[in-house]
Amino acid sequence: MSMYFTKEHEWVKVEGNVGTMGISDHAAHELGDITFVELPKIGATVKQFGVLGSIESVKAASDIFAPVSGKVTKINDALDLAPEAVNEGAEDAGWMAQVEIADESELKNLMTQAQYDDYLKTL
Amino acid sequence: MNDSHYCPHTPEEIAEMLSDIGVASVEDLFSPIPSELRATTFNIPPGMSEFETFSRMQAIAGENRQGMINFIGGGFYDHIIPSVVDHLSGRSEFYTAYTPYQPECSQGTLQALFEYQTAICRLTGLDVSNASLYDGGTACAEAAMMALRVTGRNKIVIDGCVSPFSRQVLKTYLFNLDVEVVEITPLDGLLNRAELNSVLDDSVAAVLVQNPNFFGGIEDFTPLADQVHSAGALIIASVYPISLGILKSPGEIGIDIAVGDGQSLGNPLSFGGPSFGFIAAKKAFIRNMPGRIVGETVDRNGKRGYVLTLQAREQHIKRHKATSNICSNQGLCALRGLIFLSSVGKEGLADLAVLNRDKAEYAKEQLSSLPGVSVLQSTVTFNEFTLFLPKNADGVVASLLEHGIAAGVPLGQYYEGSENCLVVTVTEKRTKKEIDIFVKELEVALCN
Amino acid sequence: MQLIYEQSTPGRRGVKLPASDVPAAPALPAFLLRTEKAGLAEVSELDLVRHFTNLSRRNFSVDTNFYPLGSCTMKYNAKVLENAAALFAPFHPMTALLPGGEDFCQGTLGMLYDMGQMLADITGMDEVTTQPLAGAHGEMTGIMLIAAYHAAKGNKAKKKYVVVPDSSHGTNPASAAIAGYEIITVPTAPYGDMDLELFKKAMTDEVAAVMMTCPNTLGLFNPHIKEISDIAHSHDALMYYDGANLNAIMGKVKPGDVGFDVIHVNLHKTFGTPHGGGGPGSGPVGVKNALIPFLPQPRIIMDEDGKLLLETTNPGTIGRTANFFGNFGVMVKAYAYIIMLGREGLIQVSEQAVLNANYIKEKLKPYYNLPYDMICMHECVFSASKQLEHGVHAIDIAKFLIDKGYHPPTVYFPMIVKEAIMIEPTETESKATMDAFIEVMIEAAQTAENNPQALLDAPLTMPISRLDETKAAREQKVCCIG
Repeated sequence: MSMYFTKEHEWVKVEGNVGTMGISDHAAHELGDITFVELPKIGATVKQFGVLGSIESVKAASDIFAPVSGKVTKINDALDLAPEAVNEGAEDAGWMAQVEIADESELKNLMTQAQYDDYLKTL
Repeated sequence: MNDSHYCPHTPEEIAEMLSDIGVASVEDLFSPIPSELRATTFNIPPGMSEFETFSRMQAIAGENRQGMINFIGGGFYDHIIPSVVDHLSGRSEFYTAYTPYQPECSQGTLQALFEYQTAICRLTGLDVSNASLYDGGTACAEAAMMALRVTGRNKIVIDGCVSPFSRQVLKTYLFNLDVEVVEITPLDGLLNRAELNSVLDDSVAAVLVQNPNFFGGIEDFTPLADQVHSAGALIIASVYPISLGILKSPGEIGIDIAVGDGQSLGNPLSFGGPSFGFIAAKKAFIRNMPGRIVGETVDRNGKRGYVLTLQAREQHIKRHKATSNICSNQGLCALRGLIFLSSVGKEGLADLAVLNRDKAEYAKEQLSSLPGVSVLQSTVTFNEFTLFLPKNADGVVASLLEHGIAAGVPLGQYYEGSENCLVVTVTEKRTKKEIDIFVKELEVALCN
Repeated sequence: MQLIYEQSTPGRRGVKLPASDVPAAPALPAFLLRTEKAGLAEVSELDLVRHFTNLSRRNFSVDTNFYPLGSCTMKYNAKVLENAAALFAPFHPMTALLPGGEDFCQGTLGMLYDMGQMLADITGMDEVTTQPLAGAHGEMTGIMLIAAYHAAKGNKAKKKYVVVPDSSHGTNPASAAIAGYEIITVPTAPYGDMDLELFKKAMTDEVAAVMMTCPNTLGLFNPHIKEISDIAHSHDALMYYDGANLNAIMGKVKPGDVGFDVIHVNLHKTFGTPHGGGGPGSGPVGVKNALIPFLPQPRIIMDEDGKLLLETTNPGTIGRTANFFGNFGVMVKAYAYIIMLGREGLIQVSEQAVLNANYIKEKLKPYYNLPYDMICMHECVFSASKQLEHGVHAIDIAKFLIDKGYHPPTVYFPMIVKEAIMIEPTETESKATMDAFIEVMIEAAQTAENNPQALLDAPLTMPISRLDETKAAREQKVCCIG
């Protein structure tokens, strides 16, 4: 199992052809207290770097982009009632959606954990 | 010379300030504006004192016909306004404040808006209200755009019995978007159900109706709400808040979004504004609401307080992706609405609604007993009804205006083939004597 | 404080209604009636008066506190304006729309017509519609007029974009979106104005309009404005002027003279009508001749005898953006303001607004970072970046000011300035008031260094301390249940 990141601070964990995605701890910290997460619908098709959903804090709203293309098979409904789960564990219980990865070769457009950590230092 | 006494500086103070800034003259402060761009003319007349200003305004107001007896509505209504409304909304701590972005020093405005939202929810029987919109027409348009977002569909169906002004505003708002607007032609002043059935398909985001409608008719939209919901669309109702003193609430009918104009709630006619628009909806749609919303919370010590909330929907954060471009609300007008509703209160609003209907029913009976005059609709009405006259209503209205009576709104210019129809409004302010005079004058006008 | 609903007693009333002088009508059928009366307040008149009087005392307002809120022009609201507006309370707007009804409304129609003429002169436009109900509503109306202009030339499909600087008000892109346009945002250059080179790159024949505020939200007048208009016009894009900052330039420069084609004016800012705790505003829109055919209806016109009429049959119109003639009562106040101040008075307003802003800017410059250090117009924008080094944010300075009896400046806008503090004193404040404010701002800067916790704890003197906005957004309690 490996984890990849986008420049827009989303992550995807890859297990077989299943990709679990969310936003990074860094992004969650920058947004502050999260008040709402808009998730995609199950069955929807998302494109790499296309809009997956959106996320709101008291003073900000941003789109969440899909790290890889695929069909949405599962969403984290719990965020509806408890969006704070993203603040508490953005790269864990704060996951947002699971997709059936359409094209594994897209992973090469993403950063590894080490690359992402270096990238954060440049910001 | 001090041309505006609202600019308080003395020449000495100005000199001192210029020296602190480090420029020689006020003109130097305008040096960033290239000289070739500077204004070459400015033709505003010389100023005057506040006494002269007020006299001028009196003269202007005097050029309008005074003391017109109003039997006209069309979205604005001549209702009583309790004295407390002017006095309390006239507290300058309310009217010279700005938007309550700093909640600690704006709890007055914020709590009042929370109480306003509560009044609107209770009046409409719906779960959530915003802190008000511009007016009833723009509220219809905002509700339609809200339904487009909620459903992801692209067609809006409007009953032709909705105010022609609100329909026009809605069409103007939606014109540049990829949205189809379908209007249903009224049938005897009511919703044409057959025509509606023929257009209600799975591309419809919402059906917009008005109750009571522009002709004055009241319909029971409960079965329609079910029908619209089974087509996967939302139903929006534009309502007249005074009528909700007695009429079934939008929530009881199954309406998803209720809108209306709040003028009748404590705001003067004032030649059409300012008033406010209200919008209330089922809780599930709160994130798609336009405009400001006040929410309850607690401070650091656990004390109850109020803030503007869900601001991430709004233009100052979401810019072009916002739920609406609206920035302001009609705060002071909404406050007047709240004070009005709190003054007449629970029992008073019901009594007021009954009084309006009683007066209108009396007028309806008297007017329709004139030779050749009949009532258009078979349905029941609230405080407006449509008469069918034996001649063109335009001429009749024009001649009654000369006698200081605004007899009603002739329908000819709004509905084809309705040249003889006249919508008459009777509020609680019209006395029996005024109604009787109107009946006599109409009789004379019809004989000429 | 208790909510009004928490003070209710069943059956209590706040006002006596007129008795009926007509027979009672037969009741409506039950299926049309509500099952329960609406749960409105049930209080006596005195309880009602005390409740709202006490609520009002929990507000800061221009009449009680200095309110240097940037971008909002919180000037004094002359009391005679309120008296003037009351004169027009009884006039029903439908009267003018009845057959022959204009004859009975020559006063109100005439005032709107004159108002349009005066605003056209102030802004350098050819005609003004008074229908838009607020600034953002004016923006939307203006961009719709531009869309109609392009459509009439057969360019509806070709024109896809509206260009805005990144310092623009959020309403600009939001209004353009309702008119069906996509947005191109141009960054601000280090000299404080929209980056001219990037602007040139953004401009193509697909751009429908460029929306600008001038002076911009940094309070700076763009010296390249004419060049920008010329470039826009060379692509058949029209120039939209966001009039939020008009208070700086009356009689000095006219937007119409420097190439703008459409403008909205915020009467509640520039022309001294009260803000009402967030409205009503009023946003008349001025246009150049080429856009007159598309103006909203009814349009007020004057015949050769000087009689005012309503034109409702123009085929090119965008329609109607509000039900009647706009926020008429607000226009009465702005009209009275303009005729009272007159030509010289309005010029003086702009001069002293600019003088006051520069005075505060110079006095506070040693204590706060001023990212764009140059002569400003009616407002100046600082950054709390120095204070941030001590863990103090712009919002903490704002809360400290509340304790000292000042409404805070606008903070965190424009977004291009980190920790922005945007100060607009307006022309109506005295030197003594500003000097006292400057002292308190200096005290805030010193406290940030010496005792930052004091700022983080503020405010302490208000009825409530800082509120939990996250809780409000998560719980969404927007009305009182029960």
